[in-house]
Amino acid sequence: MSRTSFVGLCLLPLLITVGLFFVLPVFQLLIVGANSPSGLSAYSAIVTEPRYRQSLIATLVLSVATTLVTVAVATIAGLFLQRNVFPGRAILISILTLPLAFPGVVVGFMIIILGGRQGIVGDLSRAMTGQKVIFAYSIAGLFLGYLYFSIPRVILTIMASIEKLDPQLEEAARSLGAGTWAVHRDVVLPALVPAFIASGAICFATAMGAFGTAFTLAARIDVLAMVIYTEFTLNANIAMAASLSVGLGLITWIALALARSLAGSSVAAAG
Amino acid sequence: MPRKLSFTLQFSFTILVALFLILPAIMSMLAGITTNYARGVSSGLTASWIIEVWNLYADTIVRSLVLAFTTLVCTLLVGVPAAYALHTIGGRIARLIEEVITLPLAIPGLAIALALIITYGGSGSFRQSSAFILVGHVVFTMPFMVRSVMAVLGSIDVSTLEEGAASLGASRWQRFITVVVPNVRPGILAGSLMVVTLSLGEFNLTWMLHTPLTKTLPVGLADSYASMRLEIASAYTLVFFVMIVPLLVAMQIMGQKQSRSSKS
Amino acid sequence: MKKHVEGAAIRLENCSKTYGSSARALEPVTLNIARGETVVLLGPSGCGKTTTLRMIAGLVAPDKGGRILFDDQDVTDQPIEKRNVGMVFQSYALFPNMTVAENVGYGLKIRGVPRADVKIRVNEMLAMAGLETFANRSIDQLSGGQRQRVALARAVAARPRVLLLDEPLTALDAALRERLRTDLDRLLRSLGITAIYVTHDQQEAMALGDRIVVMSNGSIAQIGRPNEIYFQPANRFVAEFVGAANIVEASLKDGFLELPGGRVQVGSEASSRREAIAMVRPEAISVVPPEQSSWIGRVESTSFLGDRVRISVGEAASTPIIIDAPNSLSVEIGDRVGLVIPPSSVRLLPA
Repeated sequence: MSRTSFVGLCLLPLLITVGLFFVLPVFQLLIVGANSPSGLSAYSAIVTEPRYRQSLIATLVLSVATTLVTVAVATIAGLFLQRNVFPGRAILISILTLPLAFPGVVVGFMIIILGGRQGIVGDLSRAMTGQKVIFAYSIAGLFLGYLYFSIPRVILTIMASIEKLDPQLEEAARSLGAGTWAVHRDVVLPALVPAFIASGAICFATAMGAFGTAFTLAARIDVLAMVIYTEFTLNANIAMAASLSVGLGLITWIALALARSLAGSSVAAAG
Repeated sequence: MPRKLSFTLQFSFTILVALFLILPAIMSMLAGITTNYARGVSSGLTASWIIEVWNLYADTIVRSLVLAFTTLVCTLLVGVPAAYALHTIGGRIARLIEEVITLPLAIPGLAIALALIITYGGSGSFRQSSAFILVGHVVFTMPFMVRSVMAVLGSIDVSTLEEGAASLGASRWQRFITVVVPNVRPGILAGSLMVVTLSLGEFNLTWMLHTPLTKTLPVGLADSYASMRLEIASAYTLVFFVMIVPLLVAMQIMGQKQSRSSKS
Repeated sequence: MKKHVEGAAIRLENCSKTYGSSARALEPVTLNIARGETVVLLGPSGCGKTTTLRMIAGLVAPDKGGRILFDDQDVTDQPIEKRNVGMVFQSYALFPNMTVAENVGYGLKIRGVPRADVKIRVNEMLAMAGLETFANRSIDQLSGGQRQRVALARAVAARPRVLLLDEPLTALDAALRERLRTDLDRLLRSLGITAIYVTHDQQEAMALGDRIVVMSNGSIAQIGRPNEIYFQPANRFVAEFVGAANIVEASLKDGFLELPGGRVQVGSEASSRREAIAMVRPEAISVVPPEQSSWIGRVESTSFLGDRVRISVGEAASTPIIIDAPNSLSVEIGDRVGLVIPPSSVRLLPA
């Protein structure tokens, strides 16, 4: 068998699988989205229709906030864990990365345990102030859920790139008289920018499309994924659901493509 | 800032983050074996919630395991040869294909599920079967297998190894089986762990693709969170943790091994 | 001594190689290699030696019109796995998923040799390579030299028709390289197999080759026995690439080179020419007191190298002349010295 035909044979099952069950359906989605009674304007409804626009804005704000806070938290914790050796460090790292593959639904439940009607925070606050604090079903709960979901992934990426930093760069800066803060501002953080962009983009894209957490918390704010779900199941407005999905997919894909062209490394969302 | 104070502040912050992540998990596991969570652990420990979960949701647990295993088999059979092919072809075409198969990670699961329903929702028996979910899981997890294997292929000089085997008389198929596959084992293993873990926990796609007769574990979880008392939901979550945490730990160990060997 | 001879005679006919639309990597080459002969392809990187080897192996196909024959059998269209060659790769390409013994036995296993026979042959090969105690080791437990020997044992285990070696010693450090070169030479002689050896190291080439093929810019510069290549280089490239050489350009008159420092007699071969490029090996020149020679120069530098003294003499020719003199010689920088060369040691090169 020639090289080309053997390699082709190896590739064929993948092409069939992906073609039949991904590429073709996505084209169908695009077509259905455009074939709604309102035609191509279904695509613009995402910005013109107030309900969808508000949902889009809320989702964007939530995702951007999640991204910023997650990256900040992960950088502080990651730098600390990578730069200090102390007993229990390995366990701490395990704890911080273990929820890596908890699905969104489970994360939602974790938030309920934390801030729900029988939550830990509520019990604590009642013991201390007599007031029972419940935040799980508000936007704060959703935001914490997104953080819970994103922190393990981002910490992993950022710790890996801290590990790859050349310690001689820092030593050079110190030898030139830079203090701890100056070293971090001028050497360490700039070197981590690609990792920030890469992990931030993944974080953003995942938050944009997150569905399980919002679903479990039945939050009072409508994130885009929930709107799509509602359009599809309750209103049976398949065309609108399709065009909203396309819009959502486009946003996340652009965010990741942009990050990749900036950071250069492979960037992809998960979960 | 004095060194000691800075250390203490960072340490406390990191501990706080860790508590935020681990405390709910521990409390929920505890709730799953507590007689009455509202009254606390003092009300006694019990296995009855777990038994009840088994009575209510055994089918979803078994279905998820079967689904994860089948997804793994599919991604292995399709993904490993494809990773080899993409590595061998290289260049623009390979990158384009890799880009396309990675798209399911960039596009929200909801959109992919919707696309699948629009395209194949009409064909009743397929739509009604677990195979419909399987298809979604395979599309979603495939890039993890392909990229994991490709990463290992890129780190070893597989083409020279292949030439070595060829010079000793091995045909293409023999080279693939005796030289390529054994030497990408770490990638296959890492990819497999990822595929199984993701398939077991997949919700975004599955929620849309499932029917009342093809519920999976995460679908059941969402169900129980909405309609069952906290103890049952917790016990069910505990079952899920028991299934998924060993996989996550195995992934961590593999990751450490890899970073160690790449350093030495 | 009658030599035990194995393997096939190899013939390349008009084999060229062009990659894509770019320039030719290899000009049309025709080359005959006898059964049992060890031929070394020698040249700098990019000269086409590896392409030639990979063509014989079956890893690279020649351009249309080229033919490769093993014992008069046309193998041009056969892939490597059908050609029954043994190959030692520069990186050794040992399979990390197999033990030493499994590596050595791989070719036999692929050919469907019964397990017991594989074992016998593997043990034989390991004994030959001095690796009996390493049979069950994994590859990453071996040193560089041991890997090289495993690669060689693996390549010859299935009795190939030709043994191909692609810079097999380059990955090793200098001291080890020299020792393994001697081992390799002995092994190739005792196997009596047709062997083609690629290297950029001229000492390796001299030590191992029955014949050397010197290559440059995708074509053959010269083919010959090591001493022919050394003493009678066909052109300036070969003279400079193989060993150290003094190249002088001068006018030729009555069988003498006319140089700034005097006259040097050349052999009678090319006395009809008027301008000449001549080559003299450093060890062919002797240093004498200035009054005993018609060719005079001034010492510019000396370095004591242990077994000899290397002297650079200026004013004798348009460029400094390098001389390897006996280590007993003592001259100082600035000394005037006479230089003497036997006429037969002056080699005129084509312009």
